[in-house]
Amino acid sequence: MNVVILGATKGMGRALARLMAARRDRLFLLGRNRSDLERSARDLEVRGGFESGSISSATCDLERPETFAPALEAAEAALGKLDTVVVTAGLFATQDALEGDLDLTRRLLDADFTASVLFCEHARRKLLATGGGTLCVFSSVAGERGRKPVALYGAAKAGLTRYLEALDHKHHLEGLKVVCVKPGFVKTGMTAGLQPPPFAGEPEAVARTVLRAIDRGAPVVYAPPVWALVMLVIRWLPRFVMRRLGF
Amino acid sequence: MSRGTVKVNEPTLSGWGLVPVPGRERRSEDLERLTEDAVLCRGLGRSYGDSSLPPPGHLDVAATPLADRLLAFDPRTGVLRAEAGLSLLHLNRLMLPRGFYGPVTPGTQIITLGGMVAADVHGKNHHVAGSFGRHVRALRLRVASGTILTCSREHEPDLFRATLGGMGLTGHILDVEFQLERVPSPWIRSESRRVDDIDAFIEALEAARGTWPHTMGWIDCLSRGRHLGRGILYCGRWAQPDEVPGPLPAPPRRPSVPFLFPGWVVGRWSVRLFNAVNYHVHVPRVRRRLEHPETFFLPLDAIGHWNRMYGRRGFTQYQCVLPDSAGPGAARRFLDLLTQRGGASMLCVIKDCGEQGEGLLSFPRPGISVALDIPIRDDTQVLVDALNELVLTEGGRIYLAKDQFTRPEHFRAMEPRLDEWLRIRRRWDPEGRIRSRQFVRLLGDDL
Repeated sequence: MNVVILGATKGMGRALARLMAARRDRLFLLGRNRSDLERSARDLEVRGGFESGSISSATCDLERPETFAPALEAAEAALGKLDTVVVTAGLFATQDALEGDLDLTRRLLDADFTASVLFCEHARRKLLATGGGTLCVFSSVAGERGRKPVALYGAAKAGLTRYLEALDHKHHLEGLKVVCVKPGFVKTGMTAGLQPPPFAGEPEAVARTVLRAIDRGAPVVYAPPVWALVMLVIRWLPRFVMRRLGF
Repeated sequence: MSRGTVKVNEPTLSGWGLVPVPGRERRSEDLERLTEDAVLCRGLGRSYGDSSLPPPGHLDVAATPLADRLLAFDPRTGVLRAEAGLSLLHLNRLMLPRGFYGPVTPGTQIITLGGMVAADVHGKNHHVAGSFGRHVRALRLRVASGTILTCSREHEPDLFRATLGGMGLTGHILDVEFQLERVPSPWIRSESRRVDDIDAFIEALEAARGTWPHTMGWIDCLSRGRHLGRGILYCGRWAQPDEVPGPLPAPPRRPSVPFLFPGWVVGRWSVRLFNAVNYHVHVPRVRRRLEHPETFFLPLDAIGHWNRMYGRRGFTQYQCVLPDSAGPGAARRFLDLLTQRGGASMLCVIKDCGEQGEGLLSFPRPGISVALDIPIRDDTQVLVDALNELVLTEGGRIYLAKDQFTRPEHFRAMEPRLDEWLRIRRRWDPEGRIRSRQFVRLLGDDL
């Protein structure tokens, strides 16, 4: 399988790339920082038993949409036909930090909704032009209900989730599989400052769940899987209960 | 060090001994950025005492475990370079199927490469392989000035020697390059035997060191009189390809202690019972088997969070080395003192050490090392003081990665190498920016 990963150097992207390298998928890494990409490429080569220098990468910044097209071109040039495009990149900040900083709010909304959708549009065209493939995008359980601690982040992810749902409906017959990942709390660098709630997941276990979903082409996946149950309850909580709860 | 100093709602951090102090981990994959203004790095927090805890007045330590990338590996030579947060557990599970293993395996592999360098850890093979530092080729460090540099035996050798066993106080360790051990098969051929008393134990260790690359003893340190120091000696070597039953089975699933046990669980009688049972169920006297390296090297890792057995007050580990110059009776004198003082230890481990390594504060030296768990009670400080005074008389020293109670005057008296180490540290960190709680406790805050 030929895979491009945006956000491959950190967190869930790193964990997923390692599983794919271990089963010898061919990878192309996208991320913001050149030297960081190089270090991750070496890591994946050693883990997968690839020759040194065989995994390539290109810089691509979710906050700079002009980098999207060249990055995907470079990936196609290196791998040939793209089978799977994975997007784990995104911005995260706590509600407190966002409320005090409108610039940060704008950046986060732009990155997690507008830019994420734009990147998917580029990837969708590439995949459809060569007969289809899988587009796997990390949204969040934060987009399931309007909740106090994730009012802004959740709103952006809710929009992204709806877009991915429609994309799946629209292009399913043409061979495009869209996998919308809704991670619950995962212990990565993104959530480093936060107190882990019950059911918090480890990146490697979560990545296994996601990889199975990619292989099956499941349109929606909760990871860790227990979050599907948690969110089922939360989706059905009446408004007056949500209003009283702390989350 | 008492729990009384912790305010309500203040975040706390503790070593493996579970004695909390104010502290908080800052985690990131980006170790370079994380260490820019860090006072200290912390790996997986397996040092027992206060080595990985922030000094008073600081809250944050830089936690390295997310920085876990492999950067280079040469399958012909076995030389590997990786980021400091990589755990030995992951490394061994990745490399064992390729015929390589960490050159040194301490009592746990839930530790990071950075921590292995900082404590210059040793394992069951110390008498032949030395400590981890012997296998380290180069270190990439962020020194206190903020500069990032690489040190080795050729480049900045003083800094290199001061960093092996330097408890992370000479600079933040970013990358580690070291030599893996090539193994003939992924199985261990082991032999364990019951030993009747401490003198027989010392002789058995001495006899085994010529034939076995891995040796270690467990002692029932509550038995007295003619049974003083009875226990079980464990020996092992990597099995040859023609002796093994097949490819390696998956590592076993591990149960975990789910919560803090009440303080009485590990008490005098339960420990006595545990020790007696452990000794007597070892039948026949000598047992031979082929086993998974994780069951041979790491029996303690078999139970997650086993430290919670010691309850709310936590525990400390005391480990010292009694040098050859103290004579073969030193271990008996140590155990005599311990049993007199009623130090109830669930776990008491004995091991003969080989040559002293290059690390300036590295723990092992030729002699007998004894390690024991001590549940924290009101008189723990008195017990540690008494043990330290005996160790000083015998000319030995203690292991910083375990320590939480040693007094500054005892530590200074045990460490003639300290002045040279301090001189090098002062050159690289004249303002004393990198500090740990242990460092401040043992050496003061005005360096």
